[in-house]
This record gives sequence, C-alpha cells and structure tokens, in this order.
Amino acid sequence: MAGAIYAEGLVKTFGDVRALGGVDLDVPEGTVLGMLGPNGAGKTTAVRVLTTLLRPDSGKAVVAGIDVLKHPNEVRRHIGLSGQFAAVDEYLTGRENLQMVAQLYQIGAKQAKARADELLERFNLTDAANRVSKTYSGGMRRRLDLAAALVVSPPVMFMDEPTTGLDPRNRQQLWEVIQELVSGGTTLLLTTQYLEEADHLAHDICVIDHGLVIARGTSDELKAQTGGERIEVVAHDPGRIEDSVAVLARHGKGGREGISVERHTRMITVPVSGGAKLLAEVIRDLDAEGIEIDDIGLRRPTLDDVFISLTGHAAEEPVAGSGDDEEDQDGGNADGASRSGSGSGDDPQAASSKESVK
Amino acid sequence: MSAVTGTPETSHTTLAPTPRGGPLGSVHDSLVVAKRNLLRMMRIPEVIIFGLFQPIMFVVLFSYVFGGSVNVGGSFSASDYRNFLMAGIFAQTVTFATAGAGAGIADDMHKGLIDRFRSLPMSRGAVLTGRTLADLVQTALTVVVLAVVGVLVGWRIHHGVPKMFAAFGLLLLLGYAFSWIGALIGLTVRTPEAATSGGLIWLFPVTFVSNAFVSPERMTPWLRHVAEWNPFSATVQACRSLFGNPGVVRSTAWPMEHPVWASLAWSVVIVVVFRTLAVRKYRSATA
Repeated sequence: MAGAIYAEGLVKTFGDVRALGGVDLDVPEGTVLGMLGPNGAGKTTAVRVLTTLLRPDSGKAVVAGIDVLKHPNEVRRHIGLSGQFAAVDEYLTGRENLQMVAQLYQIGAKQAKARADELLERFNLTDAANRVSKTYSGGMRRRLDLAAALVVSPPVMFMDEPTTGLDPRNRQQLWEVIQELVSGGTTLLLTTQYLEEADHLAHDICVIDHGLVIARGTSDELKAQTGGERIEVVAHDPGRIEDSVAVLARHGKGGREGISVERHTRMITVPVSGGAKLLAEVIRDLDAEGIEIDDIGLRRPTLDDVFISLTGHAAEEPVAGSGDDEEDQDGGNADGASRSGSGSGDDPQAASSKESVK
Repeated sequence: MSAVTGTPETSHTTLAPTPRGGPLGSVHDSLVVAKRNLLRMMRIPEVIIFGLFQPIMFVVLFSYVFGGSVNVGGSFSASDYRNFLMAGIFAQTVTFATAGAGAGIADDMHKGLIDRFRSLPMSRGAVLTGRTLADLVQTALTVVVLAVVGVLVGWRIHHGVPKMFAAFGLLLLLGYAFSWIGALIGLTVRTPEAATSGGLIWLFPVTFVSNAFVSPERMTPWLRHVAEWNPFSATVQACRSLFGNPGVVRSTAWPMEHPVWASLAWSVVIVVVFRTLAVRKYRSATA
C-alpha cells in the first residue's frame, strides 16, 4: 500500500524554470520525511502541489489515500499546512484566528470555540488568547500558525520551513511541539534548509536540488555515504605539526596519505575507525611525544557534509539570481529567504571551513 | 479553559470535518470570512475614518468651490449645485470600495492567508465573497454618514423616504459590484500598495467622464456618449430622479431614459462577470 504521502513523477515548470523535474516521494504512515534543500530547490513547489495549492504539469500525487489532482477538496479535509510564513490574521486575536479556521473546516461555532481553547492551551498561548496576533512574537505567531494547521488533528501534516527565521530558543520549542505531534502518529512532510533540523526531526530524509531528489535515506545512511568519522587535531606549535602527523599516521586509515593538514589553522584531519577509544589512544600518544595541542575531537559527518558532497555547495549559500528561483514567484517568499539567510549567518561559513578541511 | 471536554483523542474523532457542500456551505463560509474582515476593520479604525473623511471633504470642497459657478439646469444657485452634487458624491464614494477590497485581498495574498484558505476544505468563492460583503457593510456606513453631512450643507430629498432607500440600494449594489473589480485587481497585482493605487486610478476617468459633477450635455459628442453609457452615470441619474434632485440628464440614450433599470442591469452584469473572473483567478492564485 502506498504511504500517507505518495508522489510519482511530479513535474512543474514556471516559464523556463523547471521547479520540479520529476519528483517521487513515498512517506509511510506515521513517519516524518525531511525534505532538505537550499532556496529555490523546489521544496515549496513540492509542498504546494501536495497540498492542492498548485497543479503540477504532470505526475501523480496521493495524500491520505486520496488522489490530489482528482479530489483536491477531499484532500483538504485530511491535511494541515503550515507554510513559510505564519499565515494568521494579525488583526484577529489568537482565539479568533483559530475559531475562524475551525469554522472553515465546517466545525460548529460552539465546538470551534472549545477546540480553539484546547489548542491555545496546548501551544502555551492561553495568556495571549485575547490579544491580536500582531502583538505576538515571531515564535508565538509560528505556534499559532501551527495550531491553526492542527485544528482538525489532520492525519497528514505539511510544514514548509517551520522554523525559518526563528531564534534558537523558539526553534527548540517548536521542535518539541513537532516531536509531540509525530509521537501521536501524524505523518509529516517537513521542508527545511537546516540540516540539523532534518537530522533531529525526520525519520527519512530526501535531499532535493534543482527540482530533483538527489539522495534519500535515513540520516545515518546519508552520513555513511559521505564517509566515516575522523579525528581533528589542532597543534599548538606550528613547528610540531609534522611530529603530530607522524603520530596520527599510526592510527589513521590509509596512513599518511589520508591525512590532510591546514597550515594556517594548524589543523590536522585524519580519517579513522575506532571511535572514542581510538581518540583516547591518540591523545595518550601525542602526550607521550610531548606535543602540545589546542584542540582535539572526533568528528562524525554532519548532514552539512552530506549536502556539500552531494550538491557541491553548502545548503544555505545565498541564491545567486533571484530570477531563476521558483520560490520567488510571490514576493513574500523572497522575503523569507533573506530572513533565513540572516537568521543563520554562521552556518554557511561553518560549512565552507569544513570543506577546506577535506 | 472552560469549555474543553474530552481528551485530544476523542476530539480528534468528533472534530472530523463534516462535508457541507453546495450553496449553504458557501453562504456559511462567506459569512465566517465576512465576520473576520469586519473584526479587522473595527481594529483598524483609521481606514474607516479616512474612508469617511474623503467624501465629506469632497462635499465641502465641491459645494463651496464649484457651487455658484456651475450651471445646473439653467440655475447657477449654489444650493441647486449642492443638491445636484450629492448623487455624484454618493456614487463616487461607493465605488471607492474597489480600492479597499483590492488592497485587502492583495494583503491576504502577501501574508500567506490566501494559501491557508486555499488549503482548507471551504467554498472556493467564500474568501472573496466574505471580503466584498464586509466592504458592503463599510460602504453602507459611509453612505449614512455622507447623507447626514449632505443634509447639513443643504441637500434635500423630494420624492419620499422609500425612493431614497431605493436609491441607496442602487448605490450599495454599485459599490458591491465595484468591490468585485477590486477583488480581481487584488488577486492580480503583487502588493497591497499596487492594489490601492491600481484600484483607485481608473476610478477617476470613470467618475469624471460621467454626469456626476457636470452635465454631459456640453461634452464633445463622443465623450457624451461614453458618459451617458457609463454604468456610473446610470446610478447617478437614477439617484437624482429618485431623490428628486436637479440635473437629471435629458437624453435619448437608453440608460439615461431608464436609469433605475440601467443601474440595476449594469451592477448585476459587473458582479457576474467580475465574480466569475475573480473566483477563477483565486482557484489558481498565489503562484
């Protein structure tokens, strides 16, 4: 049986730009698929197709067992969507927003009110329930938006970059909410530019770039594809780098050839297999040789590494031209892209320095 | 937390949305959206206040600047001009609903609310119908205030209250029709700002190439034809005859001879055409 979210050969072009170039997806019921990709990769387009907002040029999509193209309104009864922006009416109170959405799901006014109260409580918004959402913080608005998507407890949820633009604390809070939701059996498709987020929340990950799924698997499978663990050492004295390399060559896989050295940061990287135990041995040996070190660590590949090795670029590098970006189709999305860029300014840098190590 | 009953699990089963298609569902959804827009309007009173201020300013400016220098049916009296003017100002005011509807819908698109609505199992036309209905309420309020100001500057009706209400009905219908044009503009342009200016700019030729402020009788023939067949003129002419105000255009053009029917027909045609276009646009909107 096909999963709760199933897609086959989804193609969508905007003018000359192929936003989706034949995307296949299969998300088993009760699991989370993390769709990972940079701006303009086609993530939003995929979500819009699956949530009935956009008709694909070709392909097939089934959500909650219902054909998306044939019975869009039926699909809408079974899905919740939380988009890139908190889609709440800023001049309505939190409660009014939720009541409105509930009523538009055809829930009676009285039940709608009860449901709104329940969600406000659950999302920790009860104190702000009677304030217009304009006065909410970014994190509160996101939570309200998510609450609105959960009004009917839909079996299938779509979240398009749910934490884009949130500070770390709010992101953490939202993650907790999402995890709770998933533990309740909801099937979730989550798009994100944050590799950490996919790693943290998703059972399966698909990496999408230029409208194509370029890799899929569990987080561990993807990491294994990129290569194993390694030890990184920062020598204190530049003069002792060669001595350090000699020590490390005894422990590393592939001997001396496998070792890379970055002189200006005094960092030596050696691929290893043996984990923490080996790390302890390396430290002992370096100490025995009297080599002083500033830093040492065992590094496992992150999804950042996966992403770079798959696409040849970091996940959050700025989009070159906005014109070739399908997510710029409406002005608001471009806005979100720039927000996400500033919200995580340190990540691209981190990614590129890792690249230089290799 | 007062009315919550049951655990989330039970609410899951009881809250499964019940299909409610057809016209009844459509009316329900439209009213929910209309309520939302009215709440919004109450919380941004500036919009209503400016909406009221503008026509009042027009009444005062036109009656004191132009009054006395415009010939209305052979009279240069300022009082006659004010009585002539009011129907034009009423009609112009109701058409400003276009800009409000357009800006509101463009704003909803911009903020992602249209996406939310489109992902809900609700009637396709309800978001737009709800907005235009809310605008209708605002327009009605404006008409009442304007009527009071009109009376203060000397405007009077002569054919009784029922006919006055008939005229107000035609005005509101015209405003409602124009708000559908605004809805289409709002869905087409990319920003609320563009919707506001795009919603207003074409209204100037429509309201000025008409019988609203001067009689078309002395316009060049082609312009006169445009003015006489202008949907806007039909409503103005209908109001003048229903109010018993001076300046009713003597012309053999059908809309000028049968202004009430012409006004009704124009408004209905505009609603049908622009509602169809706007709802179609909404279905594929936002991308």
